[in-house]
Amino acid sequence: MRPLSGDPPRGWPARALVALVALGLAAAPFVFPGVKALGVAEKICVLAALAASYDVLLGYTGVVSFAHVMFFGVGAYGVGLASYALGPGWGALALGLAAGLAVAALLALVIGLFSLRVQAIFFAMVTLAVAYAFNVLASQLSDLTGGEDGRSFRVPELLRPGYKLGEWLGQAITGRTLCYYLVFAGAVALFLILLRVVNSPFGRVLQAIRENPLRAEALGYRVVVHRTLATVVAALAAAFAGALDALWLRYVGPDTALSFSIQIDVLVIVVIGGRGTLYGAVVGAAVFVIAETYLRALIGGLSQGAADLSLPLLPSLLHPDRWLLWLGVLFILAVRFAPRGIVGELARRADERRLAR
Amino acid sequence: MTGAALPKPRVDIWPALTPLLVAAIAAPFIGSASTFVTLTLASLAMGAMLFVMASGLTLAFGMMDVLNFGHGAFIAVGAYTATVVYRLGAPLAGGSLGLDLALFVAALVCAAVVCGALGFVYERLLVAPVYGRHLEQILITIGGAIVIEQLLLALFGTEPIDLSPPRAFQGSLVFGQIGIEKYRLVALGLGLALFVAQLVVLSRTRIGLLIRAGVENREMVEALGYRIERLFVGVFMAASALAGIGGVLWGIYQNQARAGMGGELLVLVFIVIIIGGLGSTTGCAIGATLVALIANYAGFLAPKLALVSNIVLMVAVLLWRPRGLYPLSAR
Repeated sequence: MRPLSGDPPRGWPARALVALVALGLAAAPFVFPGVKALGVAEKICVLAALAASYDVLLGYTGVVSFAHVMFFGVGAYGVGLASYALGPGWGALALGLAAGLAVAALLALVIGLFSLRVQAIFFAMVTLAVAYAFNVLASQLSDLTGGEDGRSFRVPELLRPGYKLGEWLGQAITGRTLCYYLVFAGAVALFLILLRVVNSPFGRVLQAIRENPLRAEALGYRVVVHRTLATVVAALAAAFAGALDALWLRYVGPDTALSFSIQIDVLVIVVIGGRGTLYGAVVGAAVFVIAETYLRALIGGLSQGAADLSLPLLPSLLHPDRWLLWLGVLFILAVRFAPRGIVGELARRADERRLAR
Repeated sequence: MTGAALPKPRVDIWPALTPLLVAAIAAPFIGSASTFVTLTLASLAMGAMLFVMASGLTLAFGMMDVLNFGHGAFIAVGAYTATVVYRLGAPLAGGSLGLDLALFVAALVCAAVVCGALGFVYERLLVAPVYGRHLEQILITIGGAIVIEQLLLALFGTEPIDLSPPRAFQGSLVFGQIGIEKYRLVALGLGLALFVAQLVVLSRTRIGLLIRAGVENREMVEALGYRIERLFVGVFMAASALAGIGGVLWGIYQNQARAGMGGELLVLVFIVIIIGGLGSTTGCAIGATLVALIANYAGFLAPKLALVSNIVLMVAVLLWRPRGLYPLSAR
């Protein structure tokens, strides 16, 4: 039994970092009590799972998709709309999840077969257009999806905040705690499955395609088929992550499930965390969410300070809403000067140390 | 030595006829002839604006395999530049036809200059280090797009800024039941002029010859001693300037400049150049016309499906010609 598929993070700093995040998330309801902190932990779980699934495409196959959040949204809407229509219950959740996964796989198959034939850059453009059209469609079909307002729905009783299970370590165990652990377990399982996929012979072929598609083709691997399958696997994983997130939020809407800004977030997480190492997604998601939640306040404070000193322009550049500006700068610097990301750089240093010895 | 005449290139006429086909199919559904003509004229104007925005991008891609995901941001920069020019020139506006026209031209020129200059910095700083590496290119230009959009928001605020056409171009010309806004005619004229200008530059000048040669075979041009990178910087700046001009046209057409317009237009522009065939100027013009026709017809017949209709169009075209209407080597 090898849960990590024989592919742990390379080097002790990376291992320590990943272990820290994993333990922190596992113990979150007890170590970081409070509604906000638990929300932050849940967001890290979901974004880590989503980013890991995106890394299968971006890092392992070398394909850029802008429709990845669309699949996340399909999973979220599947669970949300099924629970909304059928009423709360495990059956509705299962049905919604199955429907979401099926739709996501089908969409990914069609898009992949259709647009991966020519060039990888083509895929990036086509997915951007498709994702945009899908968003418009989702907000226009308001009878089904609730339009811009989205849909709030109820989850099974066991997962509701009002459900009391008892007390442990001085913390009340509520349905919310259970729901968090459901999301956490789902994210961990998804991550381990993806780790298995990228370390399988199939995963090796994907990496071969990333390095040199022509050579992979010459060795007898059908590049289009493999790229398309990678898209389908990633889409299934993204839809699953979306279902987990919807379960936690008890709401689906364009802003939480389909927004293009989530796509940008995931891109940033994978690049900064480290492409081509699934662990990068975990570290990246933790860094990103913590920075987003707590650094924003810091920037806001700086902005206030600059305004008090009546400096020109700085207040608006440092405004908390302009957080994305600094993230963009950081992203460019990462692509340019640290293309391996946090985990990749740590692994490279570990390899160098080992060779030096 | 007389030498044999060069073989005439095969002229592929079918793609050029597709807009007519689309119009012919849509006509019976629309019914009224005057509505049809009005819609078609409006589409041609929209197509002209889309062409201006998309043509530079497709050329830059054809030449250096560089696809700028920040192209939309340049469009937005163009529109915002126009708002600044109009604000500065506000005391002059509405004075006379000549002054209005001068202000409009000034807005176009300023947008072209600002975007061209920005394009130079952007190319040197972001694009040049990642030539030939598609993945990094996509990532870094996305980063550039985010930064430019956020800077626009920081500089100009989050509210859209009004941008109305010069008074001389307001109102419509009406012939019987057919109406067309004057401004659309201006946009159509400008788009056509830029299309012809591009074709002339590409086919009749030395620079154009080098650009076409570069699109055809980059290594060969380099082997002959031309610094293709310098040439490319020029093409990239021209592409950015065209995006800026397109941004002014579109911003005035929509009566506002918004930071988010870049992202939305990037989607349309991508559809246009995918349909047209990456790298082809003629294909880009036809693609822009097709997208505009379909968007307007669908907007009239089934408003909810207007954007999805463009995806359907793209799928249909790619099923027929997987590399777009006029792929690279058949310019």
